[in-house]
Amino acid sequence: MYKLGIDVGGTNTDAVIIDENYNVVASVKNPTSGDVYEGIVGAVQKVLNESGVDRKQIGQAMLGTTQCTNAIVERKNLAKIGFMRIGAPASCGILPMVDWSDDIKAVCERAVIIRGGFEFDGRELAPLDEDACRDFCQEMKEKGVRSIAISGVFSTIRNDNELRAAEIAREVLGDDVHVSISSEIGSMGLVERENATILNAALCQVAEKFTDGFAKSIAHEGIENAKIYLPQNDGTLMTMEYARRYPILTVACGPTNSIRGASYLSKVANAIVVDVGGTTTDVGVIQNEFPRESSVAVTIGGVRTNFRMPDVMSIGLGGGSIVREHKDGSVTVGPDSVGYEITSKAMVFGGDVMTATDVAVRTGKAKVGDPSLVESIPLELAEKAMSVIRTMAEDAVDAMKVSSDDSDVILVGGGSIILPDELAGASRTIKPEHFGCANAIGSAISKVSGTYETLVDYDEVPRDDALEKAKQAAADMAAEAGAVRETVEIIDVEDVPLQYYPGNTNRVKVKAAGELRA
Amino acid sequence: MRKLGIQEIQDIARGAALLGAGGGGDPYLGKLVAIGAINECGPVTLLDPEEVPDDALIVPFAMMGAPTVLSEKGIGGEEYKALFDLVENHEGKKIFATMPMEAGGLNSMFPVAAAARLGLPMVDCDGMGRAFPELQMVTFTIGGIKSSPVGLADEKGNTVIFDTITNKWSEELARSVVMSCGGSVAVTLYNMTGKQMKEYGVKGIVTRSEKLGAAMRNVKNVTDKTPEEAFLEFTEGIRLFKGKITDVRRETRGAFNFGKVVVDGIDDCKGRSAYVEFQNENLAAVVDGEIVATTPDLISLVDTETFTPVPTDALKYGKRVLIVGLKCYDLWRSKEGLELVGPRYFGLDTDYVPVEVRGKGGIR
Repeated sequence: MYKLGIDVGGTNTDAVIIDENYNVVASVKNPTSGDVYEGIVGAVQKVLNESGVDRKQIGQAMLGTTQCTNAIVERKNLAKIGFMRIGAPASCGILPMVDWSDDIKAVCERAVIIRGGFEFDGRELAPLDEDACRDFCQEMKEKGVRSIAISGVFSTIRNDNELRAAEIAREVLGDDVHVSISSEIGSMGLVERENATILNAALCQVAEKFTDGFAKSIAHEGIENAKIYLPQNDGTLMTMEYARRYPILTVACGPTNSIRGASYLSKVANAIVVDVGGTTTDVGVIQNEFPRESSVAVTIGGVRTNFRMPDVMSIGLGGGSIVREHKDGSVTVGPDSVGYEITSKAMVFGGDVMTATDVAVRTGKAKVGDPSLVESIPLELAEKAMSVIRTMAEDAVDAMKVSSDDSDVILVGGGSIILPDELAGASRTIKPEHFGCANAIGSAISKVSGTYETLVDYDEVPRDDALEKAKQAAADMAAEAGAVRETVEIIDVEDVPLQYYPGNTNRVKVKAAGELRA
Repeated sequence: MRKLGIQEIQDIARGAALLGAGGGGDPYLGKLVAIGAINECGPVTLLDPEEVPDDALIVPFAMMGAPTVLSEKGIGGEEYKALFDLVENHEGKKIFATMPMEAGGLNSMFPVAAAARLGLPMVDCDGMGRAFPELQMVTFTIGGIKSSPVGLADEKGNTVIFDTITNKWSEELARSVVMSCGGSVAVTLYNMTGKQMKEYGVKGIVTRSEKLGAAMRNVKNVTDKTPEEAFLEFTEGIRLFKGKITDVRRETRGAFNFGKVVVDGIDDCKGRSAYVEFQNENLAAVVDGEIVATTPDLISLVDTETFTPVPTDALKYGKRVLIVGLKCYDLWRSKEGLELVGPRYFGLDTDYVPVEVRGKGGIR
């Protein structure tokens, strides 16, 4: 059995095939065309030809895509939704979507706050107002709304109300209505969690379209036995059915995949990953084979969420970054870039714009295009530019470090040819084989996970017992999501003391992940 | 007298994060509550303290509870009226205006919402000029103003008002109510006359917060100096250290978050080391073993690029921060003030020395 990994990027669609021992059999790049599916079909054809693998032997296909992120940012193809918060009389002072811009707020046909929800200790805040819930669903039905988002106060502690409301929505609107509930999407923090839930509901059509499109495009290539998965922002997989229910979880899977792919290719579990593209360089951190998560609230298309997102620093440096010499003799690289036009505009490809790639070729660092076309660049200038590039990369690496100790640095991405082989602050600088397709590989090797989060008073339940119980719950959740039980590992444990509580109340969060069941 | 609209609220919230001195909760949620109220009820009238008659009844407003609970339950919206009606009955007098108790952090915003919803003006004044962890830590305590009658209301409609023999008892009783009501309640306390407010309040703090916020918003647009210089100039901040967080230690004792963050120097501070101790808010900054600032002066850690304040619960390994000291309100520097909120109250074995003296004008 083989796995097919695909990553749809702005410039290229990458495809890889790996065998059951996780060896890379083939990796290819194909231009992303206006019609994303043509790009995918092209990449799949290429990788099948190159690998010579029997298409019937492909058991799993993983698609990494930024379609959802783009839909939100561009406000395109979003579905009309109805939003219901369960929490009155609490929370009414915070109106839903109050700080959203009008163009994105327009996705919501109507928002209501109904009675219900829970206290932090699981006590009932108010009984769920089922009549109000039913009335709202009826109204949505009459308005032709087919996607409902539901949030509840402290639903991360108890989600009974959200589940019951979802049941009522299905009773009224029919089984095929798309229902998003916040307890399955976000963590503590009502506003951020419900924002993500609303965006999720609005993405239901986009998700259906791209999952369908992907299924069709690989079926078109004769891959009939493959189960389809989508990698999510935390480096773990979800099934196609799950992705249709929770499309928002695919946002930011791009950097995640490249970080995990880099770790896998270089067989290093802890390192800083530098992914150089055409315009930008993303620097992230891999900790125990998973990307380090950002601790600050993440904004998607201007909407604040509390997603699990990789902590990535982007700088304006890529293979296509424009190199300029200034009057005072100083040299700058980027942040502007020729981008996807690099193959026509860069000097090594016969163009007339001096790019980072050109100076790399001039100094003999990189070997692409026609080196004779860059001989006109003074060597001194090229070397100055290369030293600027080195400093930019080294500063970014340093900024992502957790201590002043040297750390392994992995270089990936098509543009990484512009970087030096050794960086300051790096114990080793590794450029693995297949470095150009790290994200498609990351997509192919994603794991399945479960995350468990709860509040515990350590004076009542000792810390060790509480963590053990939470780890068990997380492992169960991972196995339920499709992980091979024996491979499930605890990948993250976090406990944060909560202020102003009597005793010793902590928020405990545990994440477990394992290899996908074949 | 002037009006506070959405833009002003945005700036006040930004400035309030800096005045939080590491604590006080993220003003973001409070900002949403205030924006919602202003959208519905119109801008809020902000009164200069001098515009308030001496005999007017001023009732400060705040939310009390765990930031985590507030981040789920927010505020119901009926608490303002329930509470202010209760206080008027108890005092037998009309309320003239409300004001913040604590201008740093989350509680900078709730009084704005209360004022908007109740159609009351808000006074440009508070009792801290920053954030502090306990309710007796207000300048009004120095003035001998009683915290009680303390009024509390939850979102479910429960209300209580009580008189206590000391401000410490107010804290005790209020905490029990907070827990019974599900972790957060709306609170009014230190009801006072206009005269008392003018005598002991931190006057002009809302405007200061707004100016700080506006300066932080514009810091990148300044052309004649670096963003850092502009930030320090606008905030009148003393640059104590610049570095990268290399360790964060946290511990919960009693009802508070204690901890210490270690920062290794970068740029001109390279090779040096600093740490900041905190109890919800930052208490002391130490550079190369020498104390450079202590409470009640404000110690804030801000992002070196965006100058966004980094609260103690968001301190993270690897983050690059500028440690800045801001002068506290003068009254805190008095003997009575230092007894309430000076370094020794928080268990630090040092006398208070003003930040501008200790920090020697900062590292240049």
